[in-house]
Amino acid sequence: MSVVVRTVARLLLAPVAIFGAYVVMHGHVTPGGGFQGGAVIASAIALAVVAFGAQRLRKQKETLSVLEDVGATAFAVLAFLGIGVTFFYNALAGTGGLFGQTVPIGPNPGALNTGGLLPLMNWAVGLKVLAGLGSMVLLLGLLGGDDDR
Amino acid sequence: MIGNLPFVAAMVLVALGLWTLMTRRNLIKLVVGIVLIENGVNLFLVSLGYVRGGIAPIYTFAPEGAPVDIPMVMPTPQALTLTSIVIGVATTALLLTLAVLIHRHRGTLDVRKIRELRG
Amino acid sequence: MRWLRIAALLVVFGFLLGAAVWTRPFGEPRATGMDDHFIERSQEEVSANNTVTAVLFDYRGFDTLGEATVLFCAVLGVALVLRRWSR
Repeated sequence: MSVVVRTVARLLLAPVAIFGAYVVMHGHVTPGGGFQGGAVIASAIALAVVAFGAQRLRKQKETLSVLEDVGATAFAVLAFLGIGVTFFYNALAGTGGLFGQTVPIGPNPGALNTGGLLPLMNWAVGLKVLAGLGSMVLLLGLLGGDDDR
Repeated sequence: MIGNLPFVAAMVLVALGLWTLMTRRNLIKLVVGIVLIENGVNLFLVSLGYVRGGIAPIYTFAPEGAPVDIPMVMPTPQALTLTSIVIGVATTALLLTLAVLIHRHRGTLDVRKIRELRG
Repeated sequence: MRWLRIAALLVVFGFLLGAAVWTRPFGEPRATGMDDHFIERSQEEVSANNTVTAVLFDYRGFDTLGEATVLFCAVLGVALVLRRWSR
């Protein structure tokens, strides 16, 4: 790709990734969550693949694979944390501590410290979606040629 | 008819995708037709949960008297549509890899030339 | 034979548009009991301001688990179909 495309891509990669992380982190306060933020960060990966070529990013296949495994395993482990009551119980809601502040009933300016297990689950699903969609784009860029006949 | 406009728009999308599937020969254009049908169905599913005069089901900076005086839109169809969109992405990725494989083995993407099974 | 295909297409399109126009009026859902329970209780049980995220991860967490599995299987399918014969 030309110099203009590569410079603009270098300038835009960090703000897009930070915006995606913001959407994932504030999933329990504002509209957003794991799937939406993961798709935003995966579009940053697609921008890198288009602007710099897939051959420069072929070492990142193992990184994306590890991220996806961490996301899937963390989601399954977080689902088991409240197994004393039921399978997907929210074990951290209402207790003081990491994400356990109680929420006043009715309309209120949101606080980030609330939500129980929801922010952690948002991060697990966000990692899984970004690694899954990024792996799909990277694999189609690396192995999608037709010079194998 | 003007009252049900979101439903009509979703069905117009489904009809356009169906017409694309029936009249095109290139494999990539057939994938575009399938994606159009999926988008129409997702739009229909989201617009089923609207309550007249409702706001978004989020309590952050909501107007005063939110769940009692001003009704809130149903949140369940929105959650189901998120799942459906991700499943549509998975289906599209697998369709495109199959198109790449067919081009690699037969040299063409025209569906009228890929008729016989050949070992 | 061409007018037969066009007639069949028009019949299907007419059925779709008719189903969209003569269904329930837009803005009056039929059964809202479950969603009223979700909207009222999502701040005391889940302590989250966003009802959609609470429905996705707490009240209906199994759907999210199944959808994560579908995403994993799609990545697996793409990586397995596009392999190269290394000689």
